[in-house]
Amino acid sequence: MIYREAGQFRTTYAADQRVFPITQDRVGMAILLLVAFVVVPLTASSYALTALLVPMLVLSLAALGLNILTGYAGQFSLGTAAFMSVGAFAAYNFQLRVPGIPLLVSFALAGLVAAAVGLVFGLPSLRIKGFYLAVATLAAQFFVDWLFTKVAWFSNDSPSGTITAQPMVIAGFPIDTPARRYLLVLSIVSVLALAAKNLSRTATGRAWMAVRDMDVAAEVIGIPILRTKLVAFGISSFYCGVAGALWAFAYLGTVEPQAFDLQRSFQILFMVIIGGLGTVMGAFLGAAFILLFPLFLNWALHLVVRGDLRPGLLSQLELVFFGALIIVFLVVEPHGLARLWQITKEKLRLWPFPH
Amino acid sequence: MAFFVEVLVGGLLAGVMYSLVALGFVLIYKASGVFNFAQGAMVFFAATTYAGLVGLGWSGWVAFVASLGVMVVFALATERFVLRPLVNQPQISLFMATIGLTFVLEGVAQGVWGAEVRGLELGIPDSPLEVKGILISKFDLVAGATAGGLVAVLALFFQKTRVGRALRAVADDHQAALSVGIPLGRIWALVWGAAGAVALVAGLLWGSRLGVQFALTQVALKALPVLILGGFTSVAGAIVGGLIVGASEKVAEVYLGPLIGGGIENWFPYVLALLFLLVRPDGLFGEKRIERV
Repeated sequence: MIYREAGQFRTTYAADQRVFPITQDRVGMAILLLVAFVVVPLTASSYALTALLVPMLVLSLAALGLNILTGYAGQFSLGTAAFMSVGAFAAYNFQLRVPGIPLLVSFALAGLVAAAVGLVFGLPSLRIKGFYLAVATLAAQFFVDWLFTKVAWFSNDSPSGTITAQPMVIAGFPIDTPARRYLLVLSIVSVLALAAKNLSRTATGRAWMAVRDMDVAAEVIGIPILRTKLVAFGISSFYCGVAGALWAFAYLGTVEPQAFDLQRSFQILFMVIIGGLGTVMGAFLGAAFILLFPLFLNWALHLVVRGDLRPGLLSQLELVFFGALIIVFLVVEPHGLARLWQITKEKLRLWPFPH
Repeated sequence: MAFFVEVLVGGLLAGVMYSLVALGFVLIYKASGVFNFAQGAMVFFAATTYAGLVGLGWSGWVAFVASLGVMVVFALATERFVLRPLVNQPQISLFMATIGLTFVLEGVAQGVWGAEVRGLELGIPDSPLEVKGILISKFDLVAGATAGGLVAVLALFFQKTRVGRALRAVADDHQAALSVGIPLGRIWALVWGAAGAVALVAGLLWGSRLGVQFALTQVALKALPVLILGGFTSVAGAIVGGLIVGASEKVAEVYLGPLIGGGIENWFPYVLALLFLLVRPDGLFGEKRIERV
C-alpha cells in the first residue's frame, strides 16, 4: 500500500531514464538528503559528526570504489587501502608543493594519481583471475606502504613517514569546524555516489557487468576486455584516492602510512560484502554497519560483564563475536543488507494486506 | 661466493618454512575450492594451544596430541557451521567467511591463553653447522627435513589411499564426486583436519623460531606469494614456490636492499610473483584453466 508504483506512468524517455523512477523513492531520497544536509549539521553533537559520521561517509566512498571494481566489474582486490594511501599522500604533496592550488582541485588530482597507480596494478588482471588476482593486488598494498615509509620525499622528510594535512580552505572559507568538515565530506560523497549510480547504467557499466558475469562471453560479443577492466580499476582507484585524501584531511588530520594497512582493506571489503555487492546503497549500509557494530558490541558487552575481567579479554571477545557475526551474516543473507532492503520494499508494496 | 651461497642456502631453508604454511592453503583449496585465509590464524591458534598446554605442565607429546585433537574438533565445527551452510555460494563469500573465522580463532586463542609472547623449546639445537666453510643453521635443517617428510606423507596419502583418491575426486568435480557416493562433508572435515595438523607443525616450527605470539598470523601473508608462484592446487608447487620465494627474497634483501633503502622483504615476493604470473597465469604447477562460454 505504502510503496506502490501502480498508476505511475512513464510517458517520456526522460521519465523512463530517471535514477529513481518511483515517486516514493524520489521523496524518500529528498527527505534523506534534507536531513543529512540540514538537520544533522544543526543538531548532531561534534562527537557524532567527527567520530562517527565523517569516517562513515569517507569509508562509504572507499567502499563505493571497491564496489565498482568487485561488485560491478567482478575483479577481486585486496589493495583498496593502498589506493587510499596514494590519494592521501598525493593530496598532501599537491597542497605542499603547488602554491595556491584550490583544495578541491588537489583532491581531484589526488584521485587521478590514485587512478594511475590503480591502472598499473590493474594491468595483470587481463592475465590473472580470481584469487590469483586478489593476492596480486596485495603487492600494491605492501609496496605502497613501504614506498611511503622509506622514501622521505613523499612525507616531506618526516622521519616516520607521518604527514600532517594542511588546514582546509575553499575560496577563502575555512573548513575548520566539525559541521563544516561534515558538510564538505557529505557534498563530495553525494556527488560521487550519484556519479557511480549513473555510471552503472551507462554502456561502461553494462560492459563491466558483462565482464563480471563471464568475460569470455563478453569478449565474444565484442566488449574490449582489457579496456573495460582497466577503466574499472582506474575509476575504482579514483574513488579510493579521493576517499584517502578525505580520510587524511577531513578525518584524521595526521596520517601515517600504517593508517592504510591490510586491515583497512579488509574492513572495506567487509563493508562491500555485508552491504551488498554491486549496489550503490550497499556501500553506505555496509559502512554504517561495520563502523557501528563494534561500538554496539562494546556497549553490550560492558553491560553484560562488569569490569572484573582480565584486561584485553573484552576486546578479544569482541573479535570473536565480530568474526562469528560475519559468518552468520554470510550464511543468512549472502546478498547483503541491500538485498534485505529490497525484500522490505517488496513487503511494503502489499502491507498491511496479505495479498 | 661463499657469502652468496650462504645467503642462498639460508633463503632456501627459510623458504621451506613458508612452504609449510602454504601447504595448508593448498590442501584446502584443492579439496574444496575455498581460499582459506584463516590458515595463518590456524597456525597461531595451534601453536598457542600447544604452548599453553606445555605451560600448564603437560609433557610435549601429550600436548602435541591434545593440540591435534583441538584442531580436529575445529575442523569438524568448521565443516558443520561454516562450510555446509555455505555450499554453492560464490567463492568470495567463502573467502569472507574464512576471514571471519580468522577473527574468531585469533580472539579465542588470545582469550583462552592470554596475549603475551611465549617461548617454545622443542629441543632442536639452533647452532650453526659448518659445511665447506658455509654456515647452515641446524634448526633450519630440521625444519626442512620436517617439511620434506610431511610432503612425502601427504603425497603418499593423496596417491595411494582410498581416502586420498576420494579427495582428488572431490577436488576435480564436487557434483560428480557426490554422485558416485563420496561423502562430501566428511571429506571436507578430513581436509580441514589435515590442514589443521599441518598448521600445528608449522606453528611449532615458526613458534620456536619467533616465539608464540600474535605475529605468527602474519606468516600467512608470507605464504601467499608462495601460493601464487606455485599454483593454488599443487603440493609440489607449494614447496618449489617456497624455495623460490625464500631464496629470492633473501638474495634481494642482501644485494638489492641497500641500493633502494632496505626492508624490501615485505613486498619483493609479491612483485616477483606478480611478474611471474604475467608469464604463467596459473602459477608453476597450477591446473590449466579451460574456459568455455
